[in-house]
Amino acid sequence: MRLCGCVGACTAFFMYKSRMDQTPLLQMQGISKSFPGVQALKDIDLTVYPGEILALVGENGAGKSTLMKILNGVYSADEGAITWQGQPVAIHSPHDAQALGISMIHQELALIPYLDAGKNIYLGREPQGAIPGTVHWRKLYQQAQADLAELDLKLNVRTPVRFFSIAQQQMIEVAKALSIDARLIVMDEPTSSLTDREVDTLFSRMRSLRERGVSIVFISHRLEEVRAICDRVTVLRDGILVGTHPVAEVTTEDIIRMMVGREVGQMYERRNRAATDGVVLEVRNLSRGDRVRDVSFALRRGEILGVAGLVGAGRTELAETIFGAHPATGGEILLEGEPVHIRRPQQAIRSGIGFVPEDRKRQGLFLGMSVAANVVMAILRRLTRPVLIRWPRVEAITRESIQRLDIRTPSQAQRVRNLSGGNQQKVVIAKWLTLDPRVLILDEPTRGIDVGAKAEIYRLMHQLAERGVGIIMISSELPEVLGVSDRILVMHEGRLAGEFDARTATQNDLMNAATGTTLNKGMNPA
Amino acid sequence: MTPSTTLSWQVTLGNVLRRTAVLLFLIALGLYFSSESEQFLTERNLTNIAQQNAHVIIVTIGMTLTMLVGGIDLSVGSVAALGGAVSAGLIVREGLPIEAAVILTLAMGFGIGLTNGALVVFGKLPPFVATLSMMGVARGLTLLYTNGKPISGMGEAYTRWGRDRLSVPVVGDVPLPVIVALAVVLLALLLLTRTRFGLHIYAVGGHQETSRLAGVPVSRVQLLTYGISGMLAALAGMLLAARLYSAQPQMGVGLELDAIASSVLGGVSLFGGVGNVPGAVIGGLLIGVLGNGMNLLRVASYQQQMIQGIVLVVAVTVDMYTKRLERR
Repeated sequence: MRLCGCVGACTAFFMYKSRMDQTPLLQMQGISKSFPGVQALKDIDLTVYPGEILALVGENGAGKSTLMKILNGVYSADEGAITWQGQPVAIHSPHDAQALGISMIHQELALIPYLDAGKNIYLGREPQGAIPGTVHWRKLYQQAQADLAELDLKLNVRTPVRFFSIAQQQMIEVAKALSIDARLIVMDEPTSSLTDREVDTLFSRMRSLRERGVSIVFISHRLEEVRAICDRVTVLRDGILVGTHPVAEVTTEDIIRMMVGREVGQMYERRNRAATDGVVLEVRNLSRGDRVRDVSFALRRGEILGVAGLVGAGRTELAETIFGAHPATGGEILLEGEPVHIRRPQQAIRSGIGFVPEDRKRQGLFLGMSVAANVVMAILRRLTRPVLIRWPRVEAITRESIQRLDIRTPSQAQRVRNLSGGNQQKVVIAKWLTLDPRVLILDEPTRGIDVGAKAEIYRLMHQLAERGVGIIMISSELPEVLGVSDRILVMHEGRLAGEFDARTATQNDLMNAATGTTLNKGMNPA
Repeated sequence: MTPSTTLSWQVTLGNVLRRTAVLLFLIALGLYFSSESEQFLTERNLTNIAQQNAHVIIVTIGMTLTMLVGGIDLSVGSVAALGGAVSAGLIVREGLPIEAAVILTLAMGFGIGLTNGALVVFGKLPPFVATLSMMGVARGLTLLYTNGKPISGMGEAYTRWGRDRLSVPVVGDVPLPVIVALAVVLLALLLLTRTRFGLHIYAVGGHQETSRLAGVPVSRVQLLTYGISGMLAALAGMLLAARLYSAQPQMGVGLELDAIASSVLGGVSLFGGVGNVPGAVIGGLLIGVLGNGMNLLRVASYQQQMIQGIVLVVAVTVDMYTKRLERR
């Protein structure tokens, strides 16, 4: 009986071996997924063969992470089917995915900061001790130590992970994914904060896994890494599958073109405006820990300065530092030639700097409060003289803002929660305009906003620039950066990696600088 | 990032201070009281402290577990009163043997705890709200069950657990409630340091979503934790009733605050995931010693409450600052 089973299994294995090139390990077919107001994925096909490394690339927001979360059972697809080793499967939870042999390295670190490395690696899979329910700690730590050693990591497995650097935490996460005996490992930007040496170690481990027949889906913004390690590349753009190609048959430029290939144009009307010379804001050697390193630039009056870079490149941190949300650890800030000391947002506001944050729902708005309250929040002090709020003034100011920015709301009393994304963003901008700012920093001002509202926000930015406001716009959408800005700074790992004239720069230029492909150009005054 | 910086969690002055700050505070307080009062450092007084605070320690353990998992249990004081009343009632009114009464009462406490947990896990209520409601409900049930009057006459087999002593070799005579509390402490220590469930408590309190992704049964862990807290509260209530010779409907009022204060003093985070049993026990002892010492020094009870509040603020502030010294 047993022998038969074994023989059967062996035969099956060899048959499987011989078909290895034809039978995909994983097939995702016709996957669609929409979130309220956004079609995140539309009819996506993804195929992974045994023993291959498949790159999944696309711009921020192209749908890579959503697709992988569907594979991992975090989200469920609206439409489409998943086939695993030729069998249709339903994956409802990360647990189901693990049971199939799919392990995942998440983009956001998925470690518990107060637990040590060993516990983190084996959480949910603890080796059992002598008594049921207990944990065999010695075995757990030995295995964890071995897992780390395989990645050439000399870390103490008993140290709480919060004491490790982000790079070390990322490697622990890699060790965790590898320690699950998986058939498919999804790595969502595993290298985003690793050093070159650690990347090399990771790659050599990936190659040996591939030789053992393990498949890997590798998500990365760094295209040179894709070229170095991947067999095939699948490109997504705006939730749509652009294509899948063997890496050997396409150039890096081809991949970039596929990633960004939408039509730039009508959306952005180029301004014809004489650049004024007056510098309104100057930043010299600004640093904040290792998030912002030695950044210097000048912003002219009436200029729109785009800041591009990958997620985590330090763009938001730069904005927060200028705004005083997180004090600088070095460098200085000058407003119209005068050094200003900004340690807190209040000081920035008083100096005439406004900041439209990235996450408007959590950082920019009081969702449960009225449009009027949100609009006047920054000048409340002025409206409460001597003691009580002067509601007629509030109403007048709000009415003016609603008109000027064309905020579509049934009334001033409407809760901001009930407005559309575009109108919410206009409320945030309206708040800063009540202050008559000299400098307005906008962090991802059009994220999650529909096309029509985007165009309105751009027009508004142009109007402000026309009136002499200096504008800094952080954006991950390259066409937007190119279309809206006058000048573009690109950040990479906390530093300025390039400066471009928006009239002549191309998306490839920006992408290359953002991924650190080219050496730093120009910039950096000594 | 280089290998040289990747060593271990080192023993530094800061780390040692951090881990023993509250203990040092307790010792300092003890030294002060013993210098001010001759009666403080006597065997009789120390036994008293232990005996009078056994129920607080037990409830503190439950509180620590719920706080570790990222919640809180405000119902413990009321559940203790209900536990005392029901156990006494089962013996006096229903004529059940003490063993049966105790087991039923513990089961009831566990059930109330599970209900708390279910409100949090399935009802998605904030733990504060769920257990605050249960605090009211359990107190009301106690008053209904007792008609607002004490239940007494549980008999010697019950009341001896409040004050009788057991002769332990070397240590001497130890009150029974203290032995029960020690057993609870020991079991909780084993639970948190040796079992998978214990690790999962820390994990869920540390980061719920990450735990879920790692395959930790998050709901079950939360449910069981609240269940244990409820059961320990019922146990504490019985010990209290035994010590008072009667189940008082108003006993255990404010017990949840003592338990929270003890846990926080012991370094348990209000946000979950951080803390341990020895710390919580030291926190509980600190509160007990403070009360006892102030009584010996004849501090008026109005002032005692004030001083307790100040001590809590000072100790937690010191704790926070020493925590900043903590480096690897």
